[in-house]
Parts: sequence; C-alpha cells; structure tokens
Amino acid sequence: MPIVALISFLIGVVLAYQGATQLRQFGAEIFTVELVAISVLREIGILLTAIIIAGRSGSAFTAQIGSMKLNEEIDAMRTLALDPMEMLVVPRVLALIIALPMLGFIADMMGLFGGAVMCWIVLDITPGLYLQRLNEWVPLSHFWVGIIKAPFFALMIGLIGCYEGLQVEGSAESVGRLTTKSVVEAIFMVIVVDAVFSIYFAVIEF
Amino acid sequence: MSAQQQGEAIIAIRGLRTGFGDTIIHDRLDLDVYRGEVLGIVGGSGTGKSVLLRTIIGLNRQLAGTIRLFGKDPETLDFAEKRAIERRWGVLFQNGALFSSLTVAQNIEVPMREHLALSEPLMDEIAAMKIAMVGLPPDAGAKYPSELSGGMRKRAGLARALALDPEIVFLDEPTAGLDPIGAAAFDALIQELRQALGLTVFMVTHDLDSLHAICDRIAVMAEKRVIVSGDMAAMLKFDHPWVRDYFHGPRGRAALSAKVTRQV
Repeated sequence: MPIVALISFLIGVVLAYQGATQLRQFGAEIFTVELVAISVLREIGILLTAIIIAGRSGSAFTAQIGSMKLNEEIDAMRTLALDPMEMLVVPRVLALIIALPMLGFIADMMGLFGGAVMCWIVLDITPGLYLQRLNEWVPLSHFWVGIIKAPFFALMIGLIGCYEGLQVEGSAESVGRLTTKSVVEAIFMVIVVDAVFSIYFAVIEF
Repeated sequence: MSAQQQGEAIIAIRGLRTGFGDTIIHDRLDLDVYRGEVLGIVGGSGTGKSVLLRTIIGLNRQLAGTIRLFGKDPETLDFAEKRAIERRWGVLFQNGALFSSLTVAQNIEVPMREHLALSEPLMDEIAAMKIAMVGLPPDAGAKYPSELSGGMRKRAGLARALALDPEIVFLDEPTAGLDPIGAAAFDALIQELRQALGLTVFMVTHDLDSLHAICDRIAVMAEKRVIVSGDMAAMLKFDHPWVRDYFHGPRGRAALSAKVTRQV
C-alpha cells in the first residue's frame, strides 16, 4: 500500500511537471490539471497498481501454491476430499478482486495529490484552484473508467498466479521459474486487458 | 501369517496399467493387500512404487485394469460412495505434507471437519489424543509444521492420517530421511499402532531394517509389475538379479544380522 501510494504520488508529480513544461510553450499551463487528472484516473493509477500487485501478490500466489504442491500438500488435500480450487484459488482471487479497486482508489488520490503539489510549485496553481478546475472540467466518468478495470485486472493476476502455482512440479527451481513466468504473464495480460478496455471505451465514447 | 493371507483382500489390483504420455510405468500389475497385514513395497528407483500408491488412492488414473477397494471399484461409484471409501483410509506422504498454514492440531482436525460434524472441544480432544498416540509431546499441537523436525513432521502426518480411525494407512517412505534411531522408533510406532488398532499398512519403503522389523509381506516391483510377493524367507530364496542384489547385498546382510541379534 505505501509503495502504491508513493509511486502514484511520484507519477502525479512527474506528469504535472512534464505537462507544465510542454504546455507552457502554448501558454496553456492551466490544462496541466486536466492532463494529470485524466491520465491518472483513466489509465495510469490503476495500471500501475495492477503491475505492482502482479509483482507483489501474483508472485506470492505462485510461490505459496507452488511450495504447497512440492510438499504434496495439494495431494494431501485431494485425498482428504478437499478441493484445492475451492480452498486455495477462489479465496485468493476473491481477495484480490476486493483489494485491487481499493488500492486503485488510493493510487488515484495520490496521483492527483502529486499533480496538485507540482502545479502549486511550478505553475502557482493553488490547491483551491486545482480542485475547482477538477470539479469543472474533469467529469467523474474518468474515475469510473479507471476503477471498473480493477476487478478484471485482479481476476487476471489471481488466476495466472494460482494457475502457475499449480503447474509446479519437481523441485524448488520450478517454483522460481514459474514465479517469474507468472509475473511476466500477469503484467502482459493486464496491459492486454487494458488495451481492450481502451478500445471498448473509445467505441462507446465513454 | 498364512491365516491372514487367506483373509479378506481389502485391496485387489488386477491387470493395472498406468503411464504418463508414452511412458508405461505399470503393465499387467496384480497385487492384493490383506486385512491386518503390513505390506512393504520395494523396488528400484523409477519402478513406480509411489505411482502405484497414488493410483490406489485416486490421485492418478489408470489406463487399464481394475482396483477394488474394500470390494468396490471406485470407477463405478458416485461421489458420496467414493467419499465413504476415502474415510476408511489415511495417507502419510513422504514429508508429512502437513498444511503449512495450520498448526499440527488444526491439521489433524481438517479431515474431521470435512467428513464429520463434531463440536470444536471434541475435535480438540481427539486431536490431542492422536498427538499422544503417535508419540508427540502435548505442546506439539500448537506448533506449525515448520517448527518441527523431520521425524516429528512425519509423526504429525501420521496423526492426521489416523484422524478418522482408518482401516488402512498408506505410508510413502515413512523412514526416509530419518536417522537410524528415529527410523527404528517410527517402525516401532507403526507396529504398536497396528497391534492396537488392527490397522492394515501399505508401506512404500527403501529401508531394509523396516522390512525386517515390521513387514509381514513384501512385494517387489520390477519390470513394470510386482514380480514377487511373500515373506522375507521367500524374498531371500527368490531368484531374480535385482531381488538377489537387494536382499543379499551388504546392506541386506547387515539388516538381516541386526534382526537376528535383536531376536537373540
């Protein structure tokens, strides 16, 4: 959580700074607010969160389930008539589906906050003006476009993490290999899903 | 033991064939396990001892052949009947396979939770009893598997296998990785439990001392089948290169003389 918050804050700062520098050439500094708000809310806040979670939780799922597999715990479950799907996969995926939107919300807020700080320092846009500008020019729909993607990202990360964990066989080396694989695949799929959503939202003009 | 050998076969395997992909592991394998006996399965590496165990308990599907458990073929049973059969056995995996996120006592309670509806205090009591039964100190119940030694983990795994008072326990190399004293103590424990509870024991092992000490019957796996089964005397007489090397090699002789010394 602190990592997600810090990174989003920094991204807000960077976006505002870059935006300010470029837009100043056209005398359009004030649009920096929209630039930061729209990119953070629609895309970057949630995408960054998902990537961090893929690295943090997706890998943890693979490693946990993988080492359970090596220890024959999964076999032991089957012999006790416990379903590993129900016991291991479903709770993890559900937890992620609940947690990722919340983290995404925090990331959005921190990103906007970082943007506000930078606007104040570089452009003399006071936090009051910043908020007013947000209110007037950035509709809430941008926020929803971002947050609606979170559960889908969570589903991808959770399923890939658990699936690769269950593929572990043989030795500890296999746990390491599949953990790497799971993170790479999860990040890849998150970006693919994000692209699909972008196209979808563009088509429905939301 | 001859009386038992004519007794009821609780596991009867006929014409079993298993394999992964193109590799055939067992072919035309026949084996019976009789009620009340301790059967030791031996064989070289890769002869499919563990695969056989996993196939019997349903973790592996056979390609052909039948396995009858308690006189029933699990392939023809519905879910409820299968579960009823699963309640009648316990399995001890090689490293105990305890659930690492649960304490020993909780591990023992897992099968009870799944198969029976018991009150919490009753389950705690039964778990404590099983812990004592396998010779673990009472404070082991509150510990996590990672806090236990290898030998203790195996005992805890055995306690979980015994949670539902099974008729048969499957042990996958129960004494592997234990020091000789620990291994002998584990053998003694199995012997004791078997006498006290009337258990049938199906044991995959490499440990010649275990074979001498507690097994009534030994089945040797080679050439994708059980090539011979019988008591130790039959093993020593059987003429097959692997069997001869195994039982008459230096380790085999040492174990045999240890047994003779023990009896004197």
